[in-house]
Amino acid sequence: MQKVTSKRSLVYHGWITLSATLLGFVFGTSLGIGLALFIVYNSASDRSMMPWIIASQTVPILAIAPMIIVVLNAVGISGLIPKAIISAYLSFFPVVVGMVKGFRSPEAIQLDLLHTYNASPVQTFIKLRWPIALPYLFTSMKVGIAASLVGAIVGELPAGGGSGLGARLLAGSYYGQTVQIWSALFAAAALAGGLIIIVNVVERLTSRHMGVRPA
Amino acid sequence: MSSVVTAKDLSLTFATSDGPVHALSEVNLEIEKGEFVSFIGPSGCGKTTFLRTIADLEDLTSGTLEINGMSAREARQARAYGYVFQAAALYPWRTIEKNIALPLEIMGYSKPERDKRIERTLDLVNLSGFAKKHPWQLSGGMQQRASIARALAFDADLLLMDEPFGALDEIVRDHLNEELLKLWRRTEKTICFVTHSIPEAVYLSTKIVVMSPRPGRVTDVIASTLPDERPLDIRETPEFLAIAARVREGLRAGHSYEE
Amino acid sequence: MSRLQTILALFAGFACIVAIALPYGQIADGQAMSWHYWPLLLVLLASIAALAVWFRGMPFAVAGGLAVLGGVVLMLLLPRIDLALTGYWAALVAMWTLAWLFAERLSLAIAGGEVAERPYGVLIPLMFGAAILTAWEAITLGANIPKILLPAPSAIWEVLLANIPVLAADFQQTFIKAVLIGYGLGCGVGFGVAIAIDRSPFLKAGLLPLGNFVSALPLVGIAPIMVMWFGFDWPSKAAVVVVMTFFPMLVNTIAGLNGSGEMERDLMRTYAAGYWHTLFKLRLPAAAPFIFNALKINSTLALIGAIVAEFFGTPIVGMGFRISSEIGKLNVEMVWAEIAMAAVAGSVFYWVVVLIERAVTFWHPSVRGGRA
Repeated sequence: MQKVTSKRSLVYHGWITLSATLLGFVFGTSLGIGLALFIVYNSASDRSMMPWIIASQTVPILAIAPMIIVVLNAVGISGLIPKAIISAYLSFFPVVVGMVKGFRSPEAIQLDLLHTYNASPVQTFIKLRWPIALPYLFTSMKVGIAASLVGAIVGELPAGGGSGLGARLLAGSYYGQTVQIWSALFAAAALAGGLIIIVNVVERLTSRHMGVRPA
Repeated sequence: MSSVVTAKDLSLTFATSDGPVHALSEVNLEIEKGEFVSFIGPSGCGKTTFLRTIADLEDLTSGTLEINGMSAREARQARAYGYVFQAAALYPWRTIEKNIALPLEIMGYSKPERDKRIERTLDLVNLSGFAKKHPWQLSGGMQQRASIARALAFDADLLLMDEPFGALDEIVRDHLNEELLKLWRRTEKTICFVTHSIPEAVYLSTKIVVMSPRPGRVTDVIASTLPDERPLDIRETPEFLAIAARVREGLRAGHSYEE
Repeated sequence: MSRLQTILALFAGFACIVAIALPYGQIADGQAMSWHYWPLLLVLLASIAALAVWFRGMPFAVAGGLAVLGGVVLMLLLPRIDLALTGYWAALVAMWTLAWLFAERLSLAIAGGEVAERPYGVLIPLMFGAAILTAWEAITLGANIPKILLPAPSAIWEVLLANIPVLAADFQQTFIKAVLIGYGLGCGVGFGVAIAIDRSPFLKAGLLPLGNFVSALPLVGIAPIMVMWFGFDWPSKAAVVVVMTFFPMLVNTIAGLNGSGEMERDLMRTYAAGYWHTLFKLRLPAAAPFIFNALKINSTLALIGAIVAEFFGTPIVGMGFRISSEIGKLNVEMVWAEIAMAAVAGSVFYWVVVLIERAVTFWHPSVRGGRA
């Protein structure tokens, strides 16, 4: 019996992939919220960036993944960061789109109300736009975390014999080890399921805390 | 008496893709302190636009408008009025008391002061037992009462109400009308009330402003002769019916039947 | 004129002055100043003059024209210098700021109804794209960035033109065969299954959460399995695409079929309309926005799936194969050319679906509202 922390254990490889996924997800979500703010509060940036943000996602960005890895390796950055960058790239998009929608979801009547109180833009954001956008944030985060995981796995492909679930997939396919491929696949599926359940639980806790009507 | 709202030759034109729309044309009106003024007219007559102009939610095109001697913008910045919209527009994620606290938080009231005011205004609208409820746990009439409480919380002397009971059924509406009158007498506020129900306008008001569309303008201003004390059955008295008839007459005169 | 615009104008003016005062480039015999190259000096002086004259609100055409002119001059300057210096970067920043000012002014003009949305609205994203490309070219060549890190757009373009036959073969292998066939099969089967199980509430109730869950799984991972099952050539890639596109289509179609309103369905019932009538007259049209949503999601998924699947083994042709083999030879321009082609193919694919969507679901609020 080997230890779970052994290099041959799926738990070890799963952890490598998970850490890249989480780091990328945090990057991507923050970037997404930031861009959404920029777009909602500045119509010029809405007009100039939004078409390109949409276009950026029609690009099969995963195709660049191996290049990002190799290029960053060439300048001496390796390990977690390159994979996390790919994860972040994949997960920022659903967050931007969702949060732009969310920040814009207050009805005219609610904005008028705050206008009659002479509320500042910051107050409008804290009291209205942010809380009303939270459900959109969770929906986008569910899509985003799944995309992050895909990014991390694909980011591990060029690593060849390295560690992580993606590397296990590639190694299994090189040496015809079907069992290894399937077990890596199941581990990835379990990871995806677990991450989505965590987002769901956080969402439920938040909406209970906010007193939103149970669906 | 001092005047709260003074409009002189007030006009407002919206630019639309189909050319300019004259929402308000040369409106002259004086509203004095403590009055209950109803604005009545068919849709498109500019009654809501006039209210929104007072609230600085629309910019006037020409003429002058003064609220307590200030411009509309200054009045808004001085938080001179409370506004009640057609829908309650309560935040679903806040309890009733937190909803009432919203303007107080924005205006920077301290926590004990907020609690005091929430308690007092909830009492004014008879919602004392519902402070911890969420809006969706309340009926439509109660939600609208909560939104009135929210408008009363920061002690503005002027209350602007845009068809606040339009979406409610007749019975709830009667009840809320009665309560609104009591509240007005108790607080001595000045109220501007937009409606398109003739009985509602006559029952509530000390002054009824009849408006007509294309261009939006004031066609008649009727001072009510009804006593201050108004039980619901005052609506069957000849005096009430006479005023209602005059309002109807004014509406008919201003209304073109071309459409 | 908003505060942001004032700041932008001041900043652009400052950058212009810096660009005039400091050397712009390292040349064979020392450092070149702005007055050594009259087009640069001219465009900088013109910008300062325009900023001063129209400080309270520059017409967008002036800001845009200066930005474009400045960009062209900066590009022409690149071959004349060995290394760009502070003056050059300041000029680049100035032109960027002018381009931003252009976007601010134009979007304000459109919002104010001064100019029409239709032709002018497109100028803003075009300017943004041009600004990015200009900065990319200027930074890579001006600062002598090693090409392995990031090649210049012009170098990529040359490689792309020189390798058109290779790229065309890759495109045919990956896009025409694997992507289009897989996409058609996956979407078609997903749609068919959704219609088939529509009459069974039990299957629907069971498949919807399952489908939602499976859509969230990293399905690209099945690529090695598919390569084992279907061989190295395109069918294995198409199979990956089928699996990836099937579930989004299934889930969205089911959701869409359930999406028609209770009242509309009651109306059909009052007409005594049968199941198929209700399906074709009401529920499918009502489901169209959902179905197109799936078609859009799938158009990007399909390309990703096909390219990634090629990393697990291919014949010696295909976009994914080319990317992984050229990166091994450190031939990055070719990789970027391949990526550029994939980008164009992906965008065109997506926009074709969007255009069909607009034609079919013209009645939907999201389409009537204008922009996508």
